[in-house]
Amino acid sequence: MNNKNKRKLLMDRSIPGKVGATFPALDIPEQKLPDKSQLREDLAMPEVSENEIVRYFSSISQMNFSIDHNFYPLGSCTMKYNPKLNDDIASFPGFNDIHPLQDTSTTQGALELMYDLQNLLAEITGMAGTSLSPMAGAEAELAGMLMIRSYHLNNEDFKRKKVIIPDSAHGTNPASAVMAGFEVISIPTDENGNTDIDALKSVVDDTTAGLMLTQPSTIGLFDTNIIEVVKIINENGGLIYGDGANLNAILGKVKPGEIGFDVVHSNLHKTFTQPHGGGGPGAGAVMVSQRLVDFLPDPIVTKEEKSSIFNLSQPIKSIGKMGTFHGNFGALVRAYAYIRTLGKDGINAISEDAVINANYIRAKLQDTLDLPYDRICSHEVVFSAKSIKEKYGVNALDMAKRLIDYDIHPPTMYFPLIVDEAFLVEPTETESKETLDEFIDVMKTIVKEAESNPELLHNAPHNTPNKRLNEAMAARSPKLSWRDTKAN
Amino acid sequence: MTNHYQSTYTPNTPAIKEEMLKEIGVKSYKELFVDIPEKFRFPELDLPAPTSELDLKNEMSKLANKNSIPGEYSSFLGAGAYRHFIPSVVKQLTSRSEFMTSYTPYQPEVSQGTLQAHFEFQSMVCELTGMEAANAGMYDGATSTAEAVLMACRINKKFKVNIVDGVSPFYIDVIKTLTQATGIEIITQDLNTALNASEESTACYVIQQPNFSGEIEDINKLNELSKKNDALLIVISEPMFLSMYKTPNNYGADIVVGESQPFGVSLTYGGPYAGLFACKKKYLRQLPGRIVGETVDSENVKGYVLTLQTREQHIKRDRATSNICTSVGLIALMSTVYMALQGKVGLKYLSELCYHKAHYAANKISTLDGYEILNNNFFKEFTLKCGTDVNKLNSYLHENKVIGGYNTSDESNNTMLLSFTEMNSKEEIDRLVTLLSKVN
Repeated sequence: MNNKNKRKLLMDRSIPGKVGATFPALDIPEQKLPDKSQLREDLAMPEVSENEIVRYFSSISQMNFSIDHNFYPLGSCTMKYNPKLNDDIASFPGFNDIHPLQDTSTTQGALELMYDLQNLLAEITGMAGTSLSPMAGAEAELAGMLMIRSYHLNNEDFKRKKVIIPDSAHGTNPASAVMAGFEVISIPTDENGNTDIDALKSVVDDTTAGLMLTQPSTIGLFDTNIIEVVKIINENGGLIYGDGANLNAILGKVKPGEIGFDVVHSNLHKTFTQPHGGGGPGAGAVMVSQRLVDFLPDPIVTKEEKSSIFNLSQPIKSIGKMGTFHGNFGALVRAYAYIRTLGKDGINAISEDAVINANYIRAKLQDTLDLPYDRICSHEVVFSAKSIKEKYGVNALDMAKRLIDYDIHPPTMYFPLIVDEAFLVEPTETESKETLDEFIDVMKTIVKEAESNPELLHNAPHNTPNKRLNEAMAARSPKLSWRDTKAN
Repeated sequence: MTNHYQSTYTPNTPAIKEEMLKEIGVKSYKELFVDIPEKFRFPELDLPAPTSELDLKNEMSKLANKNSIPGEYSSFLGAGAYRHFIPSVVKQLTSRSEFMTSYTPYQPEVSQGTLQAHFEFQSMVCELTGMEAANAGMYDGATSTAEAVLMACRINKKFKVNIVDGVSPFYIDVIKTLTQATGIEIITQDLNTALNASEESTACYVIQQPNFSGEIEDINKLNELSKKNDALLIVISEPMFLSMYKTPNNYGADIVVGESQPFGVSLTYGGPYAGLFACKKKYLRQLPGRIVGETVDSENVKGYVLTLQTREQHIKRDRATSNICTSVGLIALMSTVYMALQGKVGLKYLSELCYHKAHYAANKISTLDGYEILNNNFFKEFTLKCGTDVNKLNSYLHENKVIGGYNTSDESNNTMLLSFTEMNSKEEIDRLVTLLSKVN
């Protein structure tokens, strides 16, 4: 399908009388329909044949980059290979077709899987309890912050209204803290990439509810001040929230619970390979220390020891339900299958190889790009294009767009916000040295191009269905539906 | 160097890794973890041994088969999640790795497939709900509703939320969880009480159509009241219902939310599903979640981008409209492909088919001694008053390979909510009626 034809929306392909499916016969006597005044006559849905629909979606899909086709070193997103067997297992009828409101006596297999997964995640993170009900990382963050809130309220400690968050944190951290009713206090990161201890000491007091900390941080560094940070917060009566977005880096290398974290969430779609699906579904498990287990979101799966019967239970001081049912079960099946496939040795190998891969890129590109934090990194490495911008007038965005011409998905750009012209590269453990070498060569080539032919980068990408898109126009006069496109 | 387990998902062999470590300038991978305090470094990990694909599939298959599976059992369970037929094309297309293994379309030039599909979804949700604007999807129906409540309070800067009886108890639970720290006051009352109490401090009214008991209520008066009180009207609805009945914009809805699951998404024990979220255009700047807009590129070629991103957490941080960071893209895609396949004719036909099945069943059951249909006006789901304990009744049905209705006895003694779709054949329905007739 040529590009112009690909861009034609379904409603613009619609021809009255075409159908895309077959319809089951009415096998019962027709019943009296409601009065016409209740019914609609205006359902404008496409009329397109099945074959045309298949070709349309297949064709537009090919305008995407994806893990299965491209190296995708998108920092902080852990774009690792998604094992196919997990999808097969999740589609077993006994998992795929069961109804969330079936009596629990008829879903013991599903509950057993959830129970085991709760325990596996608690073991991996060193925590005392798990709820699998949050439907994404950000929802798990909110659950965690609501638990911290409930914990203080339950202690009749009503003045703890502030949450401290380093300026390198993901945007969801402050947004979740605000939804949980807290005021956000932002603190800087020191020149080595650690939490600024003096800054922390200057803001912490008896109004501090807790600290949200990503470990390793969004600049791909494990905070060498961690013990002191935990001590300062705990001494002031606060709790520690560990954003597990970067859990991939520390699997089997350190357990956040042992350091003294009270909550850790895991983005199961990142570390435990639920396919990212063009932006979801995700799944967020939330793990807590002993003092928070009674506050976990509803439900958790419990086991009656004598009978080995599994139940959906509400913890006694639960913050409540996070979604209509019991969480994104399909993602839980995949996470479980993944952990079981790898086992102890494989889980250990993830962090080892992810960190080797990131450090390999760091070592090989440190003379090509600026390295704002010149130390051993974790699973991702942050570079800066600041010098290149100053020398050649080419910025991180231009370089990212040029990478596309080499069939590589750009790294995360302009995040973390504390690094100028940031380029956050997370290769993950599933990439071979050969792929990394290719990426390294391409980056070096692009820097040469920046010097010799900056226009090539300013106008990149060159071989995509669209050149750079006018985002300002999209926001100024929003066209958000097929009907909007017909309005003028 | 120790010989490490070589998994298929970590392609670098020990020899290759050794070479890489040399380039990095360290002797062992252990040196890469020195930033972790020594006391806590390399803890013992108590996990099972690795499992082969063959062994794992066998084990998981056994585990899956411990569950009673709708399809092997006749099922009349609904209450917010519905078993509808899913054409093969839905799974085939949404399993394409270009859709499945890509991420959030932050780089629009290499994400036009996802962006265009999201745009189709938004277009279809607008048509389905009769609203002017829709986002690309939320976590599920309950979280969509909670976000609608938060949005309404932001828009008119009031903090009282009036939830009319008949809203799913699961949804109310989630609204309470997500608003517990916001200072928002949640009131639940029946429609008549709501209508007789004129509350100017009300930020929004929330009503479900059809309601949790299956009843289709007249919303016109509530709309008049909400306009009088300068409150927003939030209507929770269901896509199959919306395919047949007048849309909520006809009775003044400001925000329409719901669950996309009935359209092409398997039950999967409750998720992942996708939440529908549509509203009037004048509220666009307060809409939570991802929104895709049409634009042009530097050569004036049409294309799509994520737009109005200044509402979102990655830009606005603690001042964002929501903390949400997903659109549940793949699930929304399932519903998009489903709607494309069924089309204008199919959606109307299927919704009517559900209607006929439910009314056929209701007419038959209402002739049985000891049973009473409690609804006056319903679509594909109704509440049945039984002469006996519903748990006992459902156990009996289960013994006979039937998954009965959702037990609503907490709300009203000895009642269950029965749901009917095109998946329930005449034979199944007749058999249900016969079984019910034996227990009364």
